[in-house]
Formats: sequence, C-alpha cells, structure tokens
Amino acid sequence: MTDGQRLSLHVPEPEVRPGGKPDFSNVPIPKAGSVRRPEVDVDPKEIRDLAYSIIRVLDREGEAVGPWAGSLTPEELMEGLKHMMLLRVFDSRMLMAQRQGKTSFYMQHLGEEAVSCAFRKALLPGDMNFPTYRQAGLLIAGGYPMVEMMNQIYSNDADPLKGRQLPIMYSSKEFGFFTISGNLATQYVQAVGWAMASAIKNDTKIAAAWIGDGSTAESDFHSALVFASTYRAPVVLNVVNNQWAISTFQGVARGGSGTFAARGLGYGLPSLRVDGNDYLAVHAVAKWAAERARRNIGPTLVEYVTYRVGAHSTSDDPSAYRPKEESEAWPLGDPVIRLKNHLIRIGAWSEERHKQMEAEIRDTVVAAQKEAERHGTLHSGGRPSMRDMFEGVYAEMPPHLKRQRQQAGV
Amino acid sequence: MPRMTMIEAIRSAMDVSMERDDDVVVFGEDVGYFGGVFRGTQGLQQKYGKTRCFDAPINESGIVGAAIGMAAYGLKPCVEIQFADYMYPAYDQLTQEAARLRYRSNGDFTCGITVRMPTGGGIFGGQTHSQSPEALFTHVCGLQVVVPSNPYDAKGLLIASIENPDPVIFLEPKRLYNGPFDGHHDRPVTSWAGHPLGEVPAEHFVVPLGKAVVRRPGSAVTVLAYGTMVHVAEATAEETGIDAEVIDLRTLMPLDLDTIVTSVKKTGRCLVVHEATLTSGFGAELAALVQEHCFYQLEAPVIRVAGWDTPYPHAQEWDYFPGPARVGRALRDLMEA
Ligand SMILES: Cc1ncc(C[n+]2csc(CCOP(=O)(O)OP(=O)(O)O)c2C)c(N)n1
Repeated sequence: MTDGQRLSLHVPEPEVRPGGKPDFSNVPIPKAGSVRRPEVDVDPKEIRDLAYSIIRVLDREGEAVGPWAGSLTPEELMEGLKHMMLLRVFDSRMLMAQRQGKTSFYMQHLGEEAVSCAFRKALLPGDMNFPTYRQAGLLIAGGYPMVEMMNQIYSNDADPLKGRQLPIMYSSKEFGFFTISGNLATQYVQAVGWAMASAIKNDTKIAAAWIGDGSTAESDFHSALVFASTYRAPVVLNVVNNQWAISTFQGVARGGSGTFAARGLGYGLPSLRVDGNDYLAVHAVAKWAAERARRNIGPTLVEYVTYRVGAHSTSDDPSAYRPKEESEAWPLGDPVIRLKNHLIRIGAWSEERHKQMEAEIRDTVVAAQKEAERHGTLHSGGRPSMRDMFEGVYAEMPPHLKRQRQQAGV
Repeated sequence: MPRMTMIEAIRSAMDVSMERDDDVVVFGEDVGYFGGVFRGTQGLQQKYGKTRCFDAPINESGIVGAAIGMAAYGLKPCVEIQFADYMYPAYDQLTQEAARLRYRSNGDFTCGITVRMPTGGGIFGGQTHSQSPEALFTHVCGLQVVVPSNPYDAKGLLIASIENPDPVIFLEPKRLYNGPFDGHHDRPVTSWAGHPLGEVPAEHFVVPLGKAVVRRPGSAVTVLAYGTMVHVAEATAEETGIDAEVIDLRTLMPLDLDTIVTSVKKTGRCLVVHEATLTSGFGAELAALVQEHCFYQLEAPVIRVAGWDTPYPHAQEWDYFPGPARVGRALRDLMEA
C-alpha cells in the first residue's frame, strides 16, 4: 500500500565547505583513559560499544592515562617519536622532489604518522601487511632503508621495482610489506587469504589489512569481512579514517549513522575505534588485536580516527573542497607533538633535544636523498633499462615477448 | 564559436544534456561538489542540484549497478569511473548485466547508460592509471564503445551516447584532455586553442555513433587509429612524408566498416595503431576484417603497432607508448613490403 507520498533522494554532505567555519564540536570524543580494556578473548557481543567510542591514552596534559596505557617503555616511545619525525621529513623532502620534477607523483602522511608507525611495533618478523599507499610508516618503523624507498620514488636504476610501479607503491616481502596495487581495496581480502594460509599451514604468522575510509565502500572490503569472520582468520583488519577520500567526506562511504568500526559488528567481529593521533593508543590497540590473531582467537576490526592534513596526493588541491583551517580545528591534535609533549612530561625529553633530533633527522634524510639521486631521478640520470620492461611478466619469458623485446631493439 | 579543451567539451556535453532532459543524471567518485578529479563535471552540481549530480561511494560495481537500476526506471545516467583501470570491479555489472538487459528481457527492460572513463597513458600513471581496456568491451555483445580524439567529437559523441537507448562505454584518452598529443613526449604540450577541432558549438549537436572519419586523406596506405593514436598517426605521416590516409574510427562498436574498406581498397595497404596491448587487442579484429574484406586489393599484410604485451610501466612509459618512431618504422616497412 502506498499513501502516495513524494519521495526525495538523500545525498550526504559534509558540515562545512570552503569559506565556512570548521566545527568538530559535534564529533564525540571521549576523555582519554575512559574506555575500558577488555580481555582479548572477550565475547565480541560484550564490547559492541567499543565500535562507537574512541580509545585514547594521552590526555590534554600529555599524561598517559587509563587501562590502555603502559604498552611501551619510554625508550620505545622515543623510538616511535623518531620514526614519526623521520616519516614527516621524508614526506616533505619527497613532496618537494615531486614539485622539482624529480618524480611524477607523491602521497604524504601528514597527521597520520602515528597509525602505521605505532602499528608496526606490534608485529613480529614474518607477519605480513597488506597496505595501501599511506602506510609508509610500516617500512620506516620496520627499518627498511630510506634510500631504497627513494630509489623507488625516483624510478631510477637502483629502484628495487625496476621503474615499473608508480612512486610510493613499494613492495618488500622481507619487511612484511605486500606489493601495493593502485586499485583500491583489492589487498584487503588478500590479507585475509594470507592469514588463512598461515592457519592452514599451522604457522604462527599473522596478517594485517589496511584500507582508507573511502575505500571501505568497495566490495572487496566486505568480501574480506565475510571471509575473515567465516574462517576466523588471524588477521587485523585496519581502517584508517582520515575523514576524506580525495574530495569526498567520510559520510559518503559510511552512510548516515554508525562508524566504520561498526561495520564489523554485523559479522560478529570485535570492532574497536582508536585515536589515530595517539601513538600510545594505536600501539596498545594494535597489540591487543595482534594478540587475538596470534592466540588464534580470530580477526579484529580497528578504525583509526585521524585526519588527512595534507592533500590527497600531489595531483590534489584540498582547498577546493574543504576549509583551509579544517586541519587546525581537528580536535585530536598532531601525533608528533602529542608524543613529544608526553615524553617531556615524563622527563624523558626536552624541547632542546627535540630541536636537535629534528636537525639530525633532516641531515639523515637529506643524506639518503643525495645517495638516491646519485642513481638518478625520473627524468635525469640512470633509468631502469627498457629490457626490464619485458622481464617479470611471466616467470619465463614467452616467445612472443622475446620477439617484442627484439623488435624494441633491447 | 567557443574554443574548448576536450575536458571542457565533455563537460559541455553533459551540461547541454542535463539542461534538455531532466532524466539525465551524473554521478561517480568525486564528481559532485568537486567536479571530478579531471574536472569533467565541474559546476554541474551547482547548476542542477545535488540529486542530479552527486558523489558516489568508491564502489565501481555500485556505481554501474545503480545506474542500471536507474535506467530500468527510465532515467539516463551518465556515470564516471575515475580511471578506466578501476572499471574492473564494475566489469560484471557492465558485461553481464548492462549489456544484456534488453536481450534477456526481450526489450522489457533497457539500459540507456553512459559510462565515461579516462583511458590511456602518457601521463606517468604507471600500471594502474594508464590502461586501454577497449577490447574488453568490444568483445561483449550489447555494449557500444566510443573513443573520441578531439573536443568537437568528444562533445558530439558524448551527447549521442547519452541519448543512445543502449549502454555506451565512453573512453576518454586523458592525454588529450588539454591538448592534442602527437607522441613526442619531449616537446611542450600544445593546446586545443589553435586546433580547428577545438572549436565546439556551445549548443546541442551530435556526432553520430558508428561513423568513422578520414582525418587525413592519402593514397599510399591506410592507417586505422582512434583516440591519442590519431594524432600520432597524423604526425607520423607528416614526418615520414608517406602519403597515408589516416582514419579516426571514433566508434569501435559499432564499427564503420564501409569507411575502412573503401580506404583500404583504394590504398592497398593498412596499418593499425593502438595504445592497448597488442595480443588480442582491438587491432586483431581490425586486421581480420581488413583481410576478409580487402584480401584481393591488399599489396602487403596488415601490420599492427600497439603497446607491448606487458603491464604499463611507470619509468619506461615513453618506450611503451607507440610514438612516431615506431609508427614511422612500421609505415616504412609496409611501404617496402
Ligand atoms: C578501484 C579504485 N577506484 C578508484 C580509485 C581512485 N582513487 C584513488 S585514491 C581514492 C580515494 C581513497 O580514499 P580513502 O580510502 O579514504 O584513502 P585516503 O586517500 O583518504 O588515505 C580514489 C577514489 C582507485 N585507485 N581504485
């Protein structure tokens, strides 16, 4: 039966657009330390509320508070600070390199450094990440050589991927970093498959899947949740909610209600939200979820609440779709400054030492860049040979490719 | 007459169509407020409101699937897939569903959708921002496949596609958005402003689907090309001095066989050029048709120049992209054969 009411289409829109005043006052942010910490083998039904809250450790004063505090020693936190600062300087140098025409493209992590840097410290050798393009912190915090990353970005003759991949699409099996695809979300279900394989072989390794808020709309995200919950795969399913998918605000992928973490509830997955700008909180939650996987209890969905301060990529201009001041208004602050303040608060750090480290890091990154540029950049110096273009399509080059290679004169 | 770049012409085609017909709706990733990452839909939401031009979730299968449902209702959706490389998640909806709605329901349901997607290389996009998937569509019964090579055609063909009662895959060579490109990567980009085909009527007009055009008359050899390769072929003919007749196919499905056959019968030689990978590419179809219809007039075997059978590499893309050097070599070989 119909009462003949006229229908109308709902199209979600962000609260403000350029020219408007950013306002996050309606984003509920629980106090640091206020969210409980369940046992890892908790019945997911009992922690449904954690999919709607935000786990936070660092409070405004830089104090680490609540049940999720204490997963790292001051030395480990110092190391974490260093990783985030390295990533930030790395980003700014490579961004500049792109502007100077030394490479075609770059994507930065500004504001999101804590997510991948802290998560990496919850993994063990042999575990595998299935990242997207904004998790270079997994490599930096994992000790992967920065020069190699730069060689990849420059597509020079020392590029481990022989110039085949778009800049920032790294790959390193040894460092637990699955080769990046440009096609969003495809890696998410592959991570589940990798974890299933580890379980099939009665191995001890776990997998971590990575996706952005916008990309959770892809079918592959949902396929991953189905497989992960069906087979209780030893995988941590990470969603980095940085509020924007290019120009599209997170509400378009999420719909009008719920959270990204809440997507896991329908699958019976324990689902948590964490302050993505809080290195300590990210680490504690990562450790909790990794332990569930390691103890064969099953998968966990984790949403990192953060903000993409920079442009989506070097091809993007965010001032066209969001207020310029929005990143400043973001209530969860800057992950580097928050960790620095915490370390100062506990007496492990000082402004002077911070300045000194900043300078040291800049020198390290500049030295790495010089070394990489000795091999060449995209448009100058040593390039991977054209022969490389034909290699690696198959394990063994088939006759038709050999013919084409000859035709190309290489 | 206004001068337009190809991306402006594409935008103008949607604008004119939306203005004339309330049933035309436009959506896709980033196409609403922002106006598309290539600015193809800029201003349309502001002009027609957010229920006629809106952002879609990042879900290509959802975009095409929803468009099919809208078309079944009676709307005329013109949707954007951000890069052709990202149409694969939508491939099932495009090929099994959109393509067959009319046939399997005996006309009860039809699918007048247009799916725009930027294709091709030349912008350092690497393997997932450079693909030319036309052959994956021409193989599917029920789809029509269009590839413009200039602003005038882009507008006229896109309007014709939107008005077409069946699904149209509209492939936009992104290297041509802002200017013609002759394959000389080391030269500055020229603009559409000085090009006769950059003059595009502001109002409604159509370039009919299924009609090729002779871009450059000649008598020694026929070059079949579409999209960016039309410009490469024209430049190569100039540079080699070979009297080549360059045919811009414009629509691959349905294909204008008459124009092809007439030309090849006249010249007796045929070169096929495309950016997509060689093996099982659309060039194979063209070569087969030419030998079937022009066998007794051919003075040499049909030759194809295409992308290599490898994924599109980032650093070596200037070697991957068939440029005037490779096309020129093939033309000379063909003339000597
Ligand atoms: C299948 C597919 N569709 C579209 C794109 C184009 N694209 C690249 S990044 C992006 C936005 C992703 O946003 P999100 O997942 O939120 O990650 P973020 O960039 O914010 O880190 C889009 C639409 C793509 N790469 N792959």
